[in-house]
Amino acid sequence: MDASTRVGASNAEKGISSGARKRRTSWTPAWVPYAQAAPLALVFFLFFILPLVATFVVSFWNYTEYSIEPAFVLSNYQDVFYGCFSGSPALCTTFATYLSTLKFVAIVWVATLLIGFTVAYFLAFHIRTLPMQIALFMVCTIPFWTSNVIRMISWIPLLGRNGLVNEMLTSIGLVDAPIEWLLYSDFAVALALVHLYTLFMVVPIFNSMMRIDRSLIEAAYDAGASGWQTLTNVIIPLVKPGILIGSIFVVTIVTGDYLTIGIMGGQQIASVGKTIQTQINFLQFPIAAANAIVLLAVVLLTIWGMLRLVDIRKEL
Amino acid sequence: MPNQAADLELAAVTKAYGETVAVDAVSLKIPAGTYCCLLGPSGCGKSSTLRMIAGHEFISDGDVMIGDTVVNDLPPAKRGTAMMFQNYALFPHLSVRENVAFSLKMAGVGKTERLRRADELLDLVDMTKYGGRLPSQLSGGQQQRVALARALVTNPTVLLLDEPLSALDPFLRIRMRAELKRYQREFGISFIHVTHSQEEAMALADMVVVMNDGRIEQVGSPREVFNAPKTTFVAKFMGGHNVVPEGGRKYAVRADRLKLAAPASAGAADTATVTDVEYQGMTVHVAMTRRDGTELLATLPESEFDRAPVKVGDEVHVAWQPSDRHELAA
Repeated sequence: MDASTRVGASNAEKGISSGARKRRTSWTPAWVPYAQAAPLALVFFLFFILPLVATFVVSFWNYTEYSIEPAFVLSNYQDVFYGCFSGSPALCTTFATYLSTLKFVAIVWVATLLIGFTVAYFLAFHIRTLPMQIALFMVCTIPFWTSNVIRMISWIPLLGRNGLVNEMLTSIGLVDAPIEWLLYSDFAVALALVHLYTLFMVVPIFNSMMRIDRSLIEAAYDAGASGWQTLTNVIIPLVKPGILIGSIFVVTIVTGDYLTIGIMGGQQIASVGKTIQTQINFLQFPIAAANAIVLLAVVLLTIWGMLRLVDIRKEL
Repeated sequence: MPNQAADLELAAVTKAYGETVAVDAVSLKIPAGTYCCLLGPSGCGKSSTLRMIAGHEFISDGDVMIGDTVVNDLPPAKRGTAMMFQNYALFPHLSVRENVAFSLKMAGVGKTERLRRADELLDLVDMTKYGGRLPSQLSGGQQQRVALARALVTNPTVLLLDEPLSALDPFLRIRMRAELKRYQREFGISFIHVTHSQEEAMALADMVVVMNDGRIEQVGSPREVFNAPKTTFVAKFMGGHNVVPEGGRKYAVRADRLKLAAPASAGAADTATVTDVEYQGMTVHVAMTRRDGTELLATLPESEFDRAPVKVGDEVHVAWQPSDRHELAA
């Protein structure tokens, strides 16, 4: 009889069945992981889930010029899409606003992707030492050491009618009169957004690039691939998840942005966020909530669509 | 296979990184169809040498010739070499077939043609049924075969292998070792294989190049290198040798040529104290220190050891035939 059966037998004699005996699987008490996750879960619940649910509920409430009443009406959503499905050739306000936002999303996405990819490529493949990579990476984050608003306002002395750019252009005689579209224009909005959010592209793409085994690049070179072929056949396919994560950041942030569009557009360019803000200022919470829910749905749909393009789980 | 084998020649090839010289004027001629192992400890310059042949490292000085061409300034794909990387470097996003077809795709070969050719190579390495898989779905040995197929798809004249077996577990290593040798015979081209394992080099090579400190210590067949090491370094690195100073010169004596006996008289010069006894199965290793301080190792067949067993602390008489010792140059 070997040792284990002997133990089993003696346990049986004492009336303890070895099958039912609970075995320790960890030194940590079972409640500890829950306690560790609790603070963030609580913050998420109180400041994310709860307000979201509240917004959703309020979006069905009724309101007049002087009151807000709990109810279940769809009139807010009807108001959001007022005139959108009437068949008239002119776009309704909501669609026009979303179209304008979509235009910025497209411009900013393309610009941040090109710039972000290039910067990440330079950092990952041309800088050979890690300390230098970290140093240059820090340089990329310097704009983030100041607040969003300050960074935007700093564009004004540069791009304004009598700003540095216009003064330089007129002084060297390139233009006769100051260029008007530099500030408070689509151009200014796109410029500021690209400036603000390129880093959100750089970080995930750089991260993906750093995971690429350098011998793969060498193997491609060994197989006769040119630099461009290596880029399109090896590097881009392997950094797709990074591109996707960066794109999600940029697209969602730009879709919901109203501060940049407001300031850089001189409060003349429509955005969904701006609409919501105006409605809140007039205390029209229910329709603001309905607009917010529609915006959320649009953003979630966009993310869902993007996730279908690339299997992100491989990367995480 | 329309592989045309070619001779490879290194003429005073040097690699310097600033002040440090990784490879110091190495000259070597590898005839076509040779299995050549570059053997040495890490940092000896064997990998740099291989990478200069491959074209992944620029040559600081000297020439590399393949066939009649000086290839110093040619990119890897134009040299007729192909490299198999240490961790195989298979493209993780491409299927096995696409991996094998990669260099053909880069050369602009059409899809049907390159996949047909890839299938031929996969058939050759017995991997046809895995063609649709991703590299991560293969075992280490299978990955190696795919890497081999990928390297051979362009009909190279020389195949360069950088520590190809080091990523495998010991059992698989011996099996894949045999396969490498078989493929080299079948293709008839030169394989240049970098390794730090003398056992691997002896099992595979027609020609062993022992390197140390950026220089070649000795070139020869495994038997020549093992039985007649030229330098202390080679004798020690190949293992199984005692380096014995005698009359101001150094000699190498194989560990299995040492004879142990009971000491004739206590305190004689050829008496040694046993410091360790290791049972190895078929043999027993007896480590000793001679009276003059020389460390000695005797490898005795188990039966011979059993006839006169010794234990740690015993005094023994050590001897060898004069014909078994071999003078070292350095």
